[in-house]
Amino acid sequence: MSQSTHESTHQSTSQSSNSSAVLFQFSDQRLQYEGRTLFDNLSLSIAKGERVALIGESGAGKSTLLKALREQRPDQVAWCPQQPGLVPILSTFHNIYMGALSSHSLAYNLVNLIKPLPGALSIVEPIAKQLGLEQHLFSSTDKLSGGQQQRTSIGRALIQQRPIFLGDEPVANVDEYQGQALLQLICQGHDTVVLALHDIAQALSICTRIIGLQNGAIVIDAPSDQLQASDLAGLYGAS
Amino acid sequence: MPLSAPNKTSSPAPQSISSAINTSAGALRTISFWFAICALLCLLLVDIDISTTDPWAEMGLMTAGALSPLVWSWPTLLSSLANTFAFALQGVTVAAIVGFALALGYRFTLVRAFCAFIRSIHELFWALLFIQVAGLSSLTGLLAIAIPYAGTLAKIYGELFEEVDPAPSNNLPRGKSRPLSEFFYSVLPLAWHSMATYTSYRFECAIRSSAILGFVGLPTLGFHLETALSDGHYSQAAAFFYALLLMIGTLRLWLHKSLLPIYLVAVFYYLPPQATISWQLLVRFVTEDIVPAPLRGQALLSGETMSNVVQWINLLWQQQIWPGLLNTVLLGQISLVFTGLLALALLPLNSSLFIQRRWKRGIGDSVLILLRTLPETLLAFIGLLILGPSMLPAILALGIHNGAIIGHLLGRYTEELNLRADASRGVTLYFYEVLPRIYRQFLAFLFYRWEVILRETAILGILGIATLGFYIDSAFETFRFDVALLLILVSAALNISVDQFARYLRQRLQLKTVPESL
Repeated sequence: MSQSTHESTHQSTSQSSNSSAVLFQFSDQRLQYEGRTLFDNLSLSIAKGERVALIGESGAGKSTLLKALREQRPDQVAWCPQQPGLVPILSTFHNIYMGALSSHSLAYNLVNLIKPLPGALSIVEPIAKQLGLEQHLFSSTDKLSGGQQQRTSIGRALIQQRPIFLGDEPVANVDEYQGQALLQLICQGHDTVVLALHDIAQALSICTRIIGLQNGAIVIDAPSDQLQASDLAGLYGAS
Repeated sequence: MPLSAPNKTSSPAPQSISSAINTSAGALRTISFWFAICALLCLLLVDIDISTTDPWAEMGLMTAGALSPLVWSWPTLLSSLANTFAFALQGVTVAAIVGFALALGYRFTLVRAFCAFIRSIHELFWALLFIQVAGLSSLTGLLAIAIPYAGTLAKIYGELFEEVDPAPSNNLPRGKSRPLSEFFYSVLPLAWHSMATYTSYRFECAIRSSAILGFVGLPTLGFHLETALSDGHYSQAAAFFYALLLMIGTLRLWLHKSLLPIYLVAVFYYLPPQATISWQLLVRFVTEDIVPAPLRGQALLSGETMSNVVQWINLLWQQQIWPGLLNTVLLGQISLVFTGLLALALLPLNSSLFIQRRWKRGIGDSVLILLRTLPETLLAFIGLLILGPSMLPAILALGIHNGAIIGHLLGRYTEELNLRADASRGVTLYFYEVLPRIYRQFLAFLFYRWEVILRETAILGILGIATLGFYIDSAFETFRFDVALLLILVSAALNISVDQFARYLRQRLQLKTVPESL
């Protein structure tokens, strides 16, 4: 019900030609991070099906914006924070499975913690394979490299099978080629994707829309096919 | 799009899963499993029956007493409270000074061994020894606390000195070296805060120890508590009990750093450490009483003496040392595992991950602090009155006291965990996110506590449980000081061995070196 009212208000006020549903909406909103105001009056809407890249220097407010987005649709978001937040002594299998805890019973989860259950394995294994982690499925994540840990974290997001993916630098620790493949994998699995990225070329090639942030304001918001890498270079270094 | 060629490796077959698992959790799980199995086996070997006919009736009487505390003599209550405080403060002060001096030489093996030895003997055993030469005097109370605490503080101070950031001392100019000056400038200031915190924590323990010294006759709270409890005067016991809780609970309010000198002068003025020592008696005690009976006045190297000694030790081994050792180890092992289980069950009481409301968590933590405040000897004594003589009261007492200590620490430790915003909740959160993250720390705490638990297990013998302390206490009662000393040395050796084993396990399992968060 509430979603349909959202849609109708959007359609009457938005100038966007995109007629699909609005998932996220801010109008003149103030966003704070640890007591510090990062956005004074943020206005932004993101529709279903968009692939958005958030670009800007560290401290520009990318992570804060992602957190605010997550709060608007907590039940539909697969979350991939910058710090993978893995449980170091548990296996890759368990760390990926952690994304699916809420869809199983407590007893099932606890038994699976002691001995991996075939059912859980059949969900986790294909994901691990897609991420190139199948050889490390039963190693604990403290034995993995930084890039492998990040892939495990992506695995935890993928297993949730949610329509929206919010990622904060999800491929910062892997090489460019792998990063590109991982981002494509993420885009295949989710209708809507919002990513904080620092690699401009990656953002332009993967995403359909680029939002440039600077000093708590949106300074660029355009479809990526209308932008050049040089248009975005100004976001870094200048103040 | 797969990131690596899928045909290179096939997925592990389901039946090989358990063999393929290679996690850091695995080693921790194995060691926990074996500890639990050992404890279960021990449980089969010890007597844990409830032998009183009606434990509930006794408990009802105690509850009634607890609800109607009665002070039969205020001067007695206040003087025993003052004595408890005085012994504790004097003991810890002397222990801190001596411990600091010992810590300066902590890199020498001999010093470390000496410290390990003096702290491996429980303060009650030290008290029983000093009572023989210095009587039930203020000096006995002071020394009984000061000696083992000096060993403990030396160890802690020494380890703190080793752990401080080496950069400041490495950056000092080379050349003519003044090690002590350098130590005071570049090491001590860095360790000072931790030393002060730890010493004040030890002071709280010393108050408990001091109270318990009453169980062997010194005029502290424990003396009146034991008397009142034994006579079934539970209302009177409750008054002493609450006095002890109140003193420990309010320590932070009145024990200020700035007031410390005043308290120190006061306690030494109120209870100057003195004793009328008969030198004749002392000489006899050292040269005769504690010398093994078959050696007294005999030529050391004669064959007959030697065979007598062997026979003496053999008989002691069969009748006292072996049963005492066995019971101590069995009870210690069960109590250790029970402590661990309780700690894991209790930790949510002091963790905002499980109890969000601050006031509710306040209540939860107060329960832990209350349980921690109760000395295990006192708990065990109360347990014996309710449940009758068996190992059960001792297991409960050791588990509750130590479990509350570790649970409280672990709960606080969970506050430092960085969980993801999308972490699960409740029981799943506990088992998937919190338990694996804190498990190393948990084992580290538990293994640190192992030595303490074993020391206490031995001492509970003076209450009649057949651990080493039981035989030691009986030897003192029958004036067989040679036997008492030998048994005390056996218990010291046991404690030192367990401490070494725990240290080995901590290193082996890398309990302190691996970072806890990724």
